[in-house]
Amino acid sequence: MLKQIEGSHGVSEAVALCRPEVICAYPITPQTHIVEDLGALVKSGKLENCEYINVESEFAALSVGIGSSAAGARTYTATASQGMLFMAEAVYNASGLGLPIVMTVGNRSIGAPINIWNDQSDSMSMRDAGWIQLFVEDNQQAVDIHIQAFKIAEALSLPVMVCMDGFILTHAIEGIDVPDQKQVDKFLPSFTPRQILDPENPISIGAMVGPEAFTEVRYLAHQKQKEALKLIPKINEEFKQIFGRDSGGLISTFNVEDADTVIVTLGSVIGTIQEALDEQDENIGALTIRSFRPFPLEAIRSALKNVKRVVVFEKCFAVGIGGIVANNVRMALSGTNIEVYEVIGGLGGRPITRKSLHKLFKDAVKDNLETVTFLDLKKDVVERELKREKELLQSGSVAENVLRDVGVVNAAKTT
Amino acid sequence: MSHQQVKFYQTGTLTVGNRLLDAAQRTVQATIDRSNSLDSGHRACQGCGEALGARYAIDTAMRETNNKVIAANATGCLEVFTTPYPETSWTLPWIHSLFGNAPAIGTGIAAAMKVKGREDVRVIAQGGDGGTTDIGFGCLSGMFERNDDVLYICYDNQGYMNTGVQRSSATPGGARTATTMPVGPEPGAEFDKGKNVPLIAMAHEIPYVATASIDRLHDLEAKVKKAMSVRGARYLQIFVPCPLGWGSAPAQTVNLARLAVESGIWPLFEGEYGEITSVTNIRKQVPVEEYLKPQRRFAHVVKNPKQLSAVQAIADRNIRKFSLLEEQE
Repeated sequence: MLKQIEGSHGVSEAVALCRPEVICAYPITPQTHIVEDLGALVKSGKLENCEYINVESEFAALSVGIGSSAAGARTYTATASQGMLFMAEAVYNASGLGLPIVMTVGNRSIGAPINIWNDQSDSMSMRDAGWIQLFVEDNQQAVDIHIQAFKIAEALSLPVMVCMDGFILTHAIEGIDVPDQKQVDKFLPSFTPRQILDPENPISIGAMVGPEAFTEVRYLAHQKQKEALKLIPKINEEFKQIFGRDSGGLISTFNVEDADTVIVTLGSVIGTIQEALDEQDENIGALTIRSFRPFPLEAIRSALKNVKRVVVFEKCFAVGIGGIVANNVRMALSGTNIEVYEVIGGLGGRPITRKSLHKLFKDAVKDNLETVTFLDLKKDVVERELKREKELLQSGSVAENVLRDVGVVNAAKTT
Repeated sequence: MSHQQVKFYQTGTLTVGNRLLDAAQRTVQATIDRSNSLDSGHRACQGCGEALGARYAIDTAMRETNNKVIAANATGCLEVFTTPYPETSWTLPWIHSLFGNAPAIGTGIAAAMKVKGREDVRVIAQGGDGGTTDIGFGCLSGMFERNDDVLYICYDNQGYMNTGVQRSSATPGGARTATTMPVGPEPGAEFDKGKNVPLIAMAHEIPYVATASIDRLHDLEAKVKKAMSVRGARYLQIFVPCPLGWGSAPAQTVNLARLAVESGIWPLFEGEYGEITSVTNIRKQVPVEEYLKPQRRFAHVVKNPKQLSAVQAIADRNIRKFSLLEEQE
């Protein structure tokens, strides 16, 4: 049934339909509405057989989740931004222990400078932590992918992050078809853990492994992610059979077959890009990556094999080198002559405008792009700060100086 | 105290043979059907106090719960010496996750047991003093504050022994550690630093808090028994000498634990809901020097009158604060 609801609310309903047994909640913008809604569902009795725990930090949120998952309970939590970094040690631990926890990430930037708005730096900081990372385009997909996430996690005994753009999705109200309980129960069986803490059958979990076996254990973690490359599309098919909706599997493509140029991206920005593409005449296709981990090398290579150039548009970057997604895409295209451009945009919530995209598309088809482009970068402001640093030893806070120069605050510009 | 106290002063020692007690009052360790939860074959150092403390505490908890205990362990000596895969000394279900999250792991397991209707299964989280009073402190306080149904046991050997004897917030003033060397005008760890986690636990007004020492088995087992008889957050800090970190002879482990209690250095007490409900009395206070002398970490302290009197003052204060001295009959 279609409902006009906030993305976060849709996610909380989807999670509740999956019958989680333990939910750990810690507030951090912009995922907070999800755990708030779940709290109300548990407290009102609408979500039964579920322990809702208000913890004291994100580190505790995921740690409590590790304990409950290891003891056989279907476990859910949500986080974002600084919270993701605060729980980093537990993020690696959960995947190392093979615990099928599902966690929503309301994608947000990472400080300093502190910034609450959307980009994807938080999920990217944990891209090598051994979790499956699924990025969603819209709130319908957010709902659908959460339901699939539990199934994928439990089938592989691996944790899954469902990454949804903060505010753009978490706080957007749109029509969402929230499935009914019967359908979800048919799709998602109850959780049977691969190993469990049980007094009747005592085992030791989480002990040390030395150099004699560590490589093999890590290799198998890698292998398991490769298995997920097959499983994610399979579960998407099963989902389609029951719910009648296609979440796209590993990647989704739009007009890539006869385009010379393809924009590659992930998350909600694909909607913006598609709209902007529809408004212009260049023959440009688009590809969005649903599964960032495991990274679908083959699927991307095969989808892009006939194109001349790829523009990877991403809301994150690795300081000191450039695009993160772009480098992964380059690996998928290695050995080909396809040119890969990196465009970094939308950092810390900066709007990605139609005007800028149209210019970008024009430049791209003419190969008029540098390897790395920062979309809408205010070069004069940057130059000014660089000059200031050169001239003054105690030049002050970069963040403050830039903000003054940009002139959004009613303050005198610094010298 | 809930257990039968036997005074056996004639021998000049406080050790009491089990055979003098009613069968029901004998220690779990003395029974043939003890669970051996921490079984033989582990890699602890000779004379390890932590191995004794863990064995005493967990065996008692196992008896009190009909062998239905799940344990969560912080990173540290206890985790390392009991496990490296594929071996394990634990005969109960046991999990190690991280250094600083054992209380939260305990919370998660307890939540899972509750939701599955398995509240007969009880949860113990445990770690050393570093894992408890320092890096795990946030999670510990959170677990207390929510009154989660977890018994947390801190095996306190007063430092980071697993990483090579560094100072923790449980390291006493004057002690030599690798990060508080006995050099300069104030050798060893600084005085008037550190935290008293049993009292901090009491400030959370949780159902039960106790301190124990491996030298008195009856007292320790009675406290674990009491802890397992109540629900909610419980905290037990057990004093466990470390021959490696303290520079003491392995054979002195139990004796040092006894001297710590009898000098007033390690007060034994119980508290419920924020109030102290009992203390374990000392018959005769032993000068702290007797406790300090067998430990190389205090070698400079016993030669330094200022530091020695500072340690003595701490012991005297404990005696006053907890009214530890037994009324002379």
